[in-house]
Amino acid sequence: MKLIKYLSTAALALGMATGAMAQDKLKVGFVYVGPVGDGGWTYEHDKGRQAVEAEFGDKVETVFVESVPEGPDAERVMTQMALDGADLIFTTSFGFMDPTINVAAKFPDVKFEHATGYKRADNVSTYSARFYEGRAIQGHIAGKMTESNIVGYIGSYPIPEVIRGINSAFIHARKVNPDVEFKIVWAYTWFDPAKEADAAKVLIEQGADVIFQHTDSTAPLAAAAEAGNVIGFGQASDMSEYADGPRVSSIIDDWAPYYIDRTRAVMDGTWESTDTWDGIGPGMVGIGEITDRVPADVKAEALAMKEAIAAGEYHPFTGPLNKQDGSAWLAEGEVADDGTLLGMDFYVEGLEGTIPN
Amino acid sequence: MDLSSINLVLLLASLMVAATPLLLAAIGELVVERAGVLNLGVEGMMITGAICGFAISVNTGNPLLGVVAAALGGAALALVFAALTQLALANQVASGLGLTLFGLGLSALIGQGYQGVRPPSFPRLSIPGLSDLPVVGRILFSHDLMVYFGLLVVAAVWFMLKYTRAGLILRAVGENHDAAHALGYKVKRIRIMAILFGGACAGMGGAYISLIRVPQWTEGMTAGIGWIALALVVFASWKPWRVLLGAYLFGGVTVIQLNLQAAGVAIPVEYLAMSPYLITILVLVIMSADKSKAPASLGRIFHASR
Repeated sequence: MKLIKYLSTAALALGMATGAMAQDKLKVGFVYVGPVGDGGWTYEHDKGRQAVEAEFGDKVETVFVESVPEGPDAERVMTQMALDGADLIFTTSFGFMDPTINVAAKFPDVKFEHATGYKRADNVSTYSARFYEGRAIQGHIAGKMTESNIVGYIGSYPIPEVIRGINSAFIHARKVNPDVEFKIVWAYTWFDPAKEADAAKVLIEQGADVIFQHTDSTAPLAAAAEAGNVIGFGQASDMSEYADGPRVSSIIDDWAPYYIDRTRAVMDGTWESTDTWDGIGPGMVGIGEITDRVPADVKAEALAMKEAIAAGEYHPFTGPLNKQDGSAWLAEGEVADDGTLLGMDFYVEGLEGTIPN
Repeated sequence: MDLSSINLVLLLASLMVAATPLLLAAIGELVVERAGVLNLGVEGMMITGAICGFAISVNTGNPLLGVVAAALGGAALALVFAALTQLALANQVASGLGLTLFGLGLSALIGQGYQGVRPPSFPRLSIPGLSDLPVVGRILFSHDLMVYFGLLVVAAVWFMLKYTRAGLILRAVGENHDAAHALGYKVKRIRIMAILFGGACAGMGGAYISLIRVPQWTEGMTAGIGWIALALVVFASWKPWRVLLGAYLFGGVTVIQLNLQAAGVAIPVEYLAMSPYLITILVLVIMSADKSKAPASLGRIFHASR
């Protein structure tokens, strides 16, 4: 009996000690779906993490786990992070949604931030960027520049975010080029350079001279460079190392300001569960430099569209737009609401093929 | 659906490209396992080979030198495994898994600074007359040299295992190491050599991805092909030609399913995405109905005193 009492006192003291230590330094955890060196999606999130360290110096400690598979493993990693004393955990892939919610329920005192998802709780916020705004600009460039009128699109998983990007790119390519067609390949992975390169090659073999990718590595650009007369876009990161080759522009995700804000909110005790969805205007989505391979007039149009979107004057999903089956979606001048966009599970009119379930 | 957009010639040609890394890694592992050693570190050796080959060919400008470096890099990592399992008598499964983790980390470390760099392009076979033939020329005679090298290695391994004394000894060591030892064969030395060969092949398979198939360096870029190679050896019943068949099937179905998707075929994509795994396993399982068995000493530790 005495022994148990001692032990429990010791455990209690230990618990208080670690609690006190945690207060000195805010521990921020990051769970990544790919390696930090993927040159794309995870690379940008890690740049955000480094910005948090640079901003707060000694007051924060950051930890990250990379290449975490979407599934039960993710839950294990998050649980371990929470047990190790993380106060704020960013989970940066759509597939981490349910694991995040599950783990968050077990650790009510830990704050969670899930990227690109739609499930929230008292201690779970969501955040994402309006990548489709960048896709609109890329679609415009693609429609103007394609000569074969075939545009290849490498999708990762058929989730609303990816479908939104396909629709946005297609709408704007069709607008300037009524003959353009999209060929879509689903890679069923976020990160697998060999497979991404294979997909790009297949699309090029089937006549595509513009390649879009919604996967995380630079492999599709490498394949496009190899093929020669093909253009592509940087995805999630600038991918400027391909700027003298196929890459003509890019979508850059800038997470650093958001990560710094949220970390500060936890420090100040003002953190609340929120839903953030920012685009080009607030700077969460950046448009990488448009290279000289793009004709000057097309470049000017693309930049004008960027300004219009940033100023809120133009929305990439503005009617009249029909769904793939021909039914009306948006009337003339009508703008899509965020709810529909967040749950988008249909192609717009003109796209071929069906979306896998 | 528009099947006419699929170019059959290009499809067959890219099938061989997609299969080669898997083929190289698997044939190396086959030799290792026929010698009675289970090395689960294929993925780690592949990725190490991928970065070693990449770094050397970028720095020297010579892709062939890169392939040599990849083989050496893979073999060097395999040497660690050989030392652990053959000399220190460590558990092979644990050592192999450790090797994969170590290789992934080591390659990421070496790879700092190589992201976004473009490697020199790899020489392609070009035989005047043959390479220009319609159809056949594109499919058979205009690949990069590594595709032919892969085929050559399979043929050489098959010949060695089946018709040479060295092959017989290797198999004897794999089937019953005590008996081989009693006959005076150096079990450890033979196994270490087999492990090094396996490492070199895996390294070259990795370099094929980073130098030719993608071509670029990205962390973790082998993305599990090493594991598929391991499975392939088992399903191919430790037979070289079946490894070739399996690798081409896997590569082929992978490329075909992407082609079908791009052509808009109305088969649900989920089925297409799993088809490479399913078809390869199915075919090889049916073929292995002839009661081929694993090498009897596979995974067992050898010590002369026991």
